[in-house]
Amino acid sequence: MATLPLAEEELVARFGPHLNRQPPGGWNAGLDIDREVPTHCCFCGQQCGIVLKVKDERVVGFEPRYDFPFNEGKLCPKGVKRYLQGSHPDRLLAPLERDPADPAGFRQISWETALERTAAEIRRIQAAYGPNAFAMLSGVSLTNEKSYLVGKFARLALGTANLDYNGRLCMVSAGAANKKALGIDRASNPWSDIRLADVVFIAGANVAECAPITTSYVWQARDRGAKLIVADPRVTPLARTADVFLGLRPGTDSALMGAILNVLIARDWLDHAFIAAHTEDFEEAARAVADHTPQWAAGVCGVPAARIEQAAELWGTSRTGMLLHARGIEHHTKGVENVLSCINLGLATGKYGKPGCGVTTITGQGNGQGGREQGHKCDQLPGNRDITNPEHRAHVASVWGCDESEIPGKGLTAQEIVNAIHAGEIKGLLSICFNPAVSLPDTSFTAAALDKLEFYAVIEFFLSETAQHADVVLPGSLHEEDEGTSTTVEGRVVKINAAIKPPGEARLDWQILVDLAHRLGRGQYFPYGSTEEIFTELRRASHGGTADYGGITWQRVVDEQGVFWPCPSEGHPGTERLYEGGRFYTPSGRAKFHPVRWRPPAEEIDDAYPIWLTTGRVVSQYLSGTQTRRIGPLVEQYPEPLCEMHPQLAARLGVADGDLVRVRSRRGEITLPAAVVATIRPDTVFIPYHWPGRQAANQLTQRALDPISKIPEYKVSAVAIERLGPGRGTTDARDMSLEGTPA
Amino acid sequence: MSPLARRDEKVFVIDQSRCIGCKACVQACAECGTHRGHSMIHLEFADRGASTQTVPMVCMHCADPTCAEVCPADAIKQNEDGIVQSALKPRCIACASCVLACPFGVPKLMVEMNQMMKCDMCYDRTSLDLAPMCASVCPSQALWFGTREEFADARPGVLIDEFLFGRQSVRTKVLTVAREDGPLDVASGRTARAWQDDPFGLEESAWPGNAR
Repeated sequence: MATLPLAEEELVARFGPHLNRQPPGGWNAGLDIDREVPTHCCFCGQQCGIVLKVKDERVVGFEPRYDFPFNEGKLCPKGVKRYLQGSHPDRLLAPLERDPADPAGFRQISWETALERTAAEIRRIQAAYGPNAFAMLSGVSLTNEKSYLVGKFARLALGTANLDYNGRLCMVSAGAANKKALGIDRASNPWSDIRLADVVFIAGANVAECAPITTSYVWQARDRGAKLIVADPRVTPLARTADVFLGLRPGTDSALMGAILNVLIARDWLDHAFIAAHTEDFEEAARAVADHTPQWAAGVCGVPAARIEQAAELWGTSRTGMLLHARGIEHHTKGVENVLSCINLGLATGKYGKPGCGVTTITGQGNGQGGREQGHKCDQLPGNRDITNPEHRAHVASVWGCDESEIPGKGLTAQEIVNAIHAGEIKGLLSICFNPAVSLPDTSFTAAALDKLEFYAVIEFFLSETAQHADVVLPGSLHEEDEGTSTTVEGRVVKINAAIKPPGEARLDWQILVDLAHRLGRGQYFPYGSTEEIFTELRRASHGGTADYGGITWQRVVDEQGVFWPCPSEGHPGTERLYEGGRFYTPSGRAKFHPVRWRPPAEEIDDAYPIWLTTGRVVSQYLSGTQTRRIGPLVEQYPEPLCEMHPQLAARLGVADGDLVRVRSRRGEITLPAAVVATIRPDTVFIPYHWPGRQAANQLTQRALDPISKIPEYKVSAVAIERLGPGRGTTDARDMSLEGTPA
Repeated sequence: MSPLARRDEKVFVIDQSRCIGCKACVQACAECGTHRGHSMIHLEFADRGASTQTVPMVCMHCADPTCAEVCPADAIKQNEDGIVQSALKPRCIACASCVLACPFGVPKLMVEMNQMMKCDMCYDRTSLDLAPMCASVCPSQALWFGTREEFADARPGVLIDEFLFGRQSVRTKVLTVAREDGPLDVASGRTARAWQDDPFGLEESAWPGNAR
């Protein structure tokens, strides 16, 4: 029974989001602290180093961590204010059970009751409907150790095939394309290589807001004379300074990349020696774009042909170059093809395996890189192994000490799990670190699915919009309350240090899972006494796989300011730059070109829904906002979603800056203020996605998936817009009102 | 370069063209021990309707601070390092003359405290050889702190410490970056690169995908 026990407003009144604006004790409590703990920020894949200040066993502030080489003290506003998630009034401090009769909607229960009920419901559902009728959803804000443990827990304690993770909404298109073309799924380069690039090409990545520290690397390249190309439907803050701006229509990335490849071939800006020695299937890729001329692409993409030629010339004639892409090209029903079309540009010009040369995704989530290697993805086992490969299964079974037949097969992906819940095929769910009620497309469908669960247990630190549906809430740990490792955007394994212990009755996530495994009669597979013991087992489990952590120890991670995988042995230095000497990780050792012809998105504009919608992030919020919508100074920076639209579109709709508009799609509608800005295409609007319920951009998006990566097409929807009336102020007035000091 | 500047002296450089508007500086400034909870940095959109350009502003620490000159209570002092400080609490009459007079628009009247407060270049940090909070965290390094030598090694452009506001010339401790040497005429506009006037090519002659 996973319907909301009370009205959503009542749950929000009790459990938040409330805004924490000040450190414990207030601003004037002073900073005579007890200790400083070097660790990393939890809000994004860059994993910036940060020092947390602790006083009376509470995190009370931060200090820049100048010694960590990636960011050298730099932080975005999320990092600066991350400490305010601690000592938060919304923090879950004791296990809860759904109780519509309780004024709070949940009543406090003991750990014993909570875990016993959860184990009993798991057993009941699996006995009645089969093992796969109980699913688990996980997330990559978890450390490597927790990600690994979740993978093992779902397979051996729950015995379900249906485990997937929120990386399904993030990096899977890049991961699938990287594996197909290059045989490995990791950033091609350490970020220091960006400084050495003569051209930096940013495709579908709002670097300034989603990976802010990367801005400094781009500028360091430009200070050496590098040129910057940006492809984006919006003039994002970094795009504003670009040498070439390609303001393309949503859903046309592979047409743009195909046209650039077409020009590279026509003008012979190719590295023939590299193509001959280190790649295969170039001819197929070339044939596929024979008709993708810049003139043709101009019509598809809505970008002047001359600019496409200019970008091709910069990319093709520069000795070194880095192409950085992110969700802007990956959140598509052709996300994998889009990434492959970028890889083709790198391979055609030999821009791999050399200083300042590479094509890489900018991983979005905190442990987006590491989390996708440790086996809590439905098709994966540790070491980025394939759950359908008999040899891979045998290796992992030998480390786990189980029979290979005990490891379930490939399960459903995240959206497919929710679809199966909606269809009544999956009856029970355990989730951690995932807020699908906000983050999945088509939110009314997701809410209806959650309502249908017979039993839902959640491990959480705040009562997220998804956790509001739970039958049992198990209070887990915040990032700063547990230790472990995570793997950054660069492929660098770094150490997360615990600053404090979980408050109240809250427990460490891994201990909750181990306890639950014991209650499911599978405790023998989870004999851990510490987080480091989990990492030691992870090293063995990953060893021999492409994501090989075999030689990485916690001590090395600390001593060396991180170690880059693959690192097969303790004497191995780690691998900062992949593909050196043109050696790829495919069976043939050669990189593989893929033919990519542009095809339209799942939904196109028409007379009823004549405007393109694309979604994304703002700098002050992180993902579904479970944490950042509770931090006052971040909320004040961008308090509610706005609909960005061009003045020409606004004029056609009769909308003035700040007016309230209703945006409708075939899935739902949202009412929000318009921000009339000339920095977005006139045929496209943009809405950030961090908010729940009636403020959710995902009320409008659709559940169309990439056939390979199963990522939803968040970046392209067709919408209609109408003006409702005046709002509360213009964009500039809002900015002014936010300016200055938190109260 | 000012003849008084020492070779190893660290300077504060502000290059607004690199600002990405993230407000890390604003948020970090409010964490500074001497004015915790209050940010002294100004950061605004230049004209959000037209551009994503944002403009961060710290105190420029003028050699002859206009704020101090106009202060009727003689409450604004400059220390031996050239740092212009917040108004002295016992003297400040919260008249806001400094707020109105500062050519860079820096001082803030904190109404609840009846006092003018402003950026003191994190004197509590710089005196301990730590970089100011804002320049420490700035992701794009639009706000930068280091020696002139380090700047010249890393970044192009000339460091400027003189600004013209109409007939008023102002020399500052905080520097900005320009392509050429000489005083920076604040009132003279500089044209942006061509595409920025028309990011989506709407004004270009007919082409097949024009979204106009």
